[in-house]
Amino acid sequence: MKPTVRLQREPFDAAAEATKLARGRTDVGALVTFTGVCRGSEAGEPIAALTLEHYPGMAESEIQRHAAEAAERWPLLGITIVHRYGRILPGEDIVLVVTTSSHREAAFAAAEFLMDYLKTRAPFWKQVEKADGTMWVDAKAADDAAADRWAIQSRQRATAD
Amino acid sequence: MMLKLRYFAWVRERIGKPEEVIEVPPNIATVGELMVWLGSRGEEYAHAFKNLNVIRAAIDQTHVRPDAAIKGANEIAFFPPMTGG
Repeated sequence: MKPTVRLQREPFDAAAEATKLARGRTDVGALVTFTGVCRGSEAGEPIAALTLEHYPGMAESEIQRHAAEAAERWPLLGITIVHRYGRILPGEDIVLVVTTSSHREAAFAAAEFLMDYLKTRAPFWKQVEKADGTMWVDAKAADDAAADRWAIQSRQRATAD
Repeated sequence: MMLKLRYFAWVRERIGKPEEVIEVPPNIATVGELMVWLGSRGEEYAHAFKNLNVIRAAIDQTHVRPDAAIKGANEIAFFPPMTGG
């Protein structure tokens, strides 16, 4: 299974990407699609848009690395990750994670794992446009905690082995 | 040694450029020492590297900690904690 990872400025078609992973096969029993959407507010204040800056090259390789890790941890049949960069308006999609597996547990867990890592380890930075100017979005402790729990589980698994 | 440095997000804005090639003094051995040295290069750098705890680094496009050795590196990037997804 070779994960598909794409970074692009343009919007994506989540339904079409999901269909591509399941079409023509009978071993897929679960297909999970997660789409991250641009909210119209940040920290309680309305925003006009957000701009995503990324580190070309490293962003692709970091995401590929985590996709490979997900494929190692769970019995997945397919992974597709699409991350946009550039200026994105409220209501537009930002990121897409699609996972397929024979059973739902693996597909759900892997999609959540991938999103938690995208938020804290993939080199992307969000800047929001507010009425009084632009500002960089601060990293959230809750996102770090969400990503950390996967590392704890993997340490516990290592101990159990 | 000559190093390519890249800056992202507010680190880039504070320094005022996305990348540069710099001659690093031979006594600088780690990423953390490099950050302290860069912070002494002028007002913009001092502003960017004011709080070293919130700066992340990558050597040749792989995340590293401040104690990582810079020997053999081609490209070192500095940036704030990531906010993707």
